[in-house]
Amino acid sequence: MGTNTLFDGQHKKNRRRFIVMGVFFILILATFFISMNTGLTNLSPLEVVKTLFGYGTEKQSLILFEFRLPRIVIAVLVGAGLAVSGCILQGVSRNALADPGILGINSGAALMVVVFVSFFPKTTDAPILLMPFLALVGGFLTAVIIYVLSYSRSEGLMPQRLILNGIAVAAGIGALITILTLRMDPFDYQFIAVWLAGKIWGTTWVHVRTLLPWIIVLFTFIFYKARMLDGLNFGEKLAIGMGVRVEKERFMLLGAAVALASACVSVSGGIGFVGLVGPHLARQFVGNHHRFLLPLSALSGGLVLLVADTIGRTILAPSEIHAGIMVAIIGAPYFLYLLAKAKA
Amino acid sequence: MSKSTKSMEGAMKEQLAIQSRPFAAMLILVAGTVVLILSLGFSVALGAADVKLATVWDAIFRFDAASTEHSIIREFRLPRSVADIIIGASFAVAGAIMQGVTRNPLADSGLLGLNAGATLMIALSFAFFPGLSYTYLMLLSFIGAGIGAGLVFGIGSLSRNGLSPIRLVLAGAAVSALFTAVSEGVAIHFQLSQNLAFWFAGGTAGLKWPQIQLLLPWIIAALIAALFLSKSISLLSLGEDVAVGLGQRTKLIKGLAAIVVLVLAGAAVSAVGPIGFVGLVIPHIARFLVGVDYRWIIPCSAVLGGLFMIVADMGARIINAPYETPIGAIFALVGVPFFLFVARREGREL
Repeated sequence: MGTNTLFDGQHKKNRRRFIVMGVFFILILATFFISMNTGLTNLSPLEVVKTLFGYGTEKQSLILFEFRLPRIVIAVLVGAGLAVSGCILQGVSRNALADPGILGINSGAALMVVVFVSFFPKTTDAPILLMPFLALVGGFLTAVIIYVLSYSRSEGLMPQRLILNGIAVAAGIGALITILTLRMDPFDYQFIAVWLAGKIWGTTWVHVRTLLPWIIVLFTFIFYKARMLDGLNFGEKLAIGMGVRVEKERFMLLGAAVALASACVSVSGGIGFVGLVGPHLARQFVGNHHRFLLPLSALSGGLVLLVADTIGRTILAPSEIHAGIMVAIIGAPYFLYLLAKAKA
Repeated sequence: MSKSTKSMEGAMKEQLAIQSRPFAAMLILVAGTVVLILSLGFSVALGAADVKLATVWDAIFRFDAASTEHSIIREFRLPRSVADIIIGASFAVAGAIMQGVTRNPLADSGLLGLNAGATLMIALSFAFFPGLSYTYLMLLSFIGAGIGAGLVFGIGSLSRNGLSPIRLVLAGAAVSALFTAVSEGVAIHFQLSQNLAFWFAGGTAGLKWPQIQLLLPWIIAALIAALFLSKSISLLSLGEDVAVGLGQRTKLIKGLAAIVVLVLAGAAVSAVGPIGFVGLVIPHIARFLVGVDYRWIIPCSAVLGGLFMIVADMGARIINAPYETPIGAIFALVGVPFFLFVARREGREL
């Protein structure tokens, strides 16, 4: 595990961290399993296991492999992606309230998708592959605008300002989206309304295949950079002292965070607060070392979104509460709690 | 009253007098009202079928029941334009009072959760009590605004360093996100989505005389109350210590101000949906023009708010004709750069 060179106390601490990760992983698997059982047609655990190993009826395997599994996988991937993105944003801005949703990056990504749907109404497979790129452009444009607005020549990046500006820019983009959606025909409108509310709409294997490469590449890059994030988190001067080229590293990490959030949003729709809740949950267990914080954020984010989606799917069945709404209902009070607790 | 208090009051009055421009304020009130009446005429004349201003005049003062043009003006155009004025005034005065009392330059009913609270109550009543009369809808809207504001200020004041502007805006954003999420969930679940969306987007197009008759007494009463409170709000805006030192009963004044704000914002949201940023922008403009005395800021905000709303609503009809552009979106597009500017100018203390 690469920890045997450290002294014993550290070793114990690390073992505890790995146990926490293990527990989260098991929780995800358990939710995964529950989520497979529940839905419009209830399948018993035995039937699920049978079907997974290829002994189910044709209908059962259709439900499981074509409907439930891809959706579950997407929920976990999106949750993990948004949480890691939020984790980076919090680390880079040294602001515990940062999250791609609050900073307006999700709205920017959403705007591009809405523009696309307005002009190319029939969503076929090819545009689906295109959507992460579109969302990416939107997310980056928004991030650049907010970054520039929050940058002062004398003081550098002002973290508090970052959030205030993010809220404002998100409101402006929201207005543009409203103008565009009201002109749509009812069919496209329905798609966008549901998409904006954060229904995990991409529920086929095509969407999994679209999202997965982004997640793999960006996660690899980000986890490789974990040490840099620790450096940035300690503060700029210390980071420079540690030999970190702050501006360049910050820029690359922010870029990765924006790309990750945009790719996720393009598949899942506007889901906020996962990027806030995931890392905070993780921080309770492993502290501020990004080597552990990033992977556990991914796990907890995946867990939170999967739980939210499963509850939303079943609590009012046959109609559903979208994951984004469920997460906001859980996440907003949590945000308010953090706000009340935080020092100025 | 002791001697020192008297001299302090004198000093404060002097400060208010120096930093306010009553002449400019009078000018705005008189000229503004004239322009407002003119815009009312233009606004009524503007629409799918063009109407001459003279016809508007006739429809109002020499009504001919046989004329379809006159009927259209009386039944559809006039109530919409009148609604623009009273609702613009409501949002603007609500914003002015909030900014004065909280000494927060970013205060606005949209940013601090009032609009989202009112919206949630409306969405809930659309879903669960579809036949509810407009009076109850409006009362529920007041309550919703109260819940939103209560949550935001409650959380803001729980935090250790009190109610800094940024903390309030953050709390407002989170409360709004929560309420909006629940409203969206309700709307989608009950398939009210696009109906509500038009309503959420904000607009006076759907308003008829009966609704305006219900709104008007509340709004007028609240505006008059605001005028009575304006002197105390001026003193509060100079700082709580100052106000207390001058013998102001700050708790009472804040409570009354809160009721006035809830009625204004609640009534306005119940009529046109959550239009943000009017309440942010207009009081700043008024303060820039007439100085720091709320006895002038509040009436000027009312006139300017009404004027802006009626002009923006004309814009909403023209920009993308024959479609109507949601007026709430127009205000957000104008208001966001303004918000960014204010946030930047207020600088360090944020």
